[in-house]
Amino acid sequence: MSGTELGLAVAVFLACAVEAVEALTIVLAVGATRSWSSALSGVAAAAVALAVIVLALGSALTSLPIGVLRVAVGGLLLVFGLQWLRKAILRASGLKALHNEAAIFAEEAEAARAATLEQGAFDGYSFAIAFKGVLLEGLEVAFIVLTFGANQHRVAVAAVAAGAAVAVVALAGTAARAPLARVPENSLKFAVGVMLTSFGMFWGGEGAGASWPGGDGALLVIIPALAAVALTAVALLRRAGAQSPRADAEVLPHPPGAVEGVNA
Amino acid sequence: MTAISRMALAIWDFVVGDDWRVALGVAVAIGATALVADTSVAAWWVLPVAVVALLGDSLRRTVRR
Repeated sequence: MSGTELGLAVAVFLACAVEAVEALTIVLAVGATRSWSSALSGVAAAAVALAVIVLALGSALTSLPIGVLRVAVGGLLLVFGLQWLRKAILRASGLKALHNEAAIFAEEAEAARAATLEQGAFDGYSFAIAFKGVLLEGLEVAFIVLTFGANQHRVAVAAVAAGAAVAVVALAGTAARAPLARVPENSLKFAVGVMLTSFGMFWGGEGAGASWPGGDGALLVIIPALAAVALTAVALLRRAGAQSPRADAEVLPHPPGAVEGVNA
Repeated sequence: MTAISRMALAIWDFVVGDDWRVALGVAVAIGATALVADTSVAAWWVLPVAVVALLGDSLRRTVRR
């Protein structure tokens, strides 16, 4: 496995793990409060829908010429990566609330209890919420798997990395029987944002005709350099927030362990 | 709103996200890379510079809101 393929697998694994943790919280909330069988039916239906999307788009993407594919994939990864990175920087600097699975679980469970429960074996609410949660969280992962995999002609490697992440999260969720609140989700999102943006720059540049100094080895400079830029942005925003607590932005207090947003 | 326009809106929201200027900036930066690559000047530096500028600008606008 080359360094680029390893980077691909790591990026897909991390991105998929983060989304799987979020989907797990939703499924656990409706399953535990209403109907496990209906919630799991929703999960299965969403998995089938995602598989169809991956198969259909995967074959279309891999048939594109490599130059066009790299520009398209690089551009999309850059747009996605910059969104992830911006939100991760804002969370780490205290300007955006940290993702809290325990709070989301409580909110989803409360909504599930409030919804009318009809008598019968099938609970449409549990099915719909689980289906929507898994499909929406999974779409982003499917997109990342497709773009990374198609560009390197390694859709199988990307799919295995994604499947492994789902399996790990599902096993951990089954063992814990609770939302995985201890997963350093914000740190993972920060890392995924850096990886997506770095690969987007690399492939977008190559597709547009640029030659990177050192070839694939340039990624070994791009990734840490972008991480350093992002960490510097966090430090600057934290300092600005500390100096002007009455600024227009909503500066959120750091809960215990908030530094984990980036550093742990 | 028709089903097609709802789907188009969902795709736009999914791909572009909440800051369309970043998506536009990425498209312009890739175009600029292609233009520079057609000259005798190295073009690899265009995207890193653009990424730092776009990220900084997007953060600045978010914080000001």
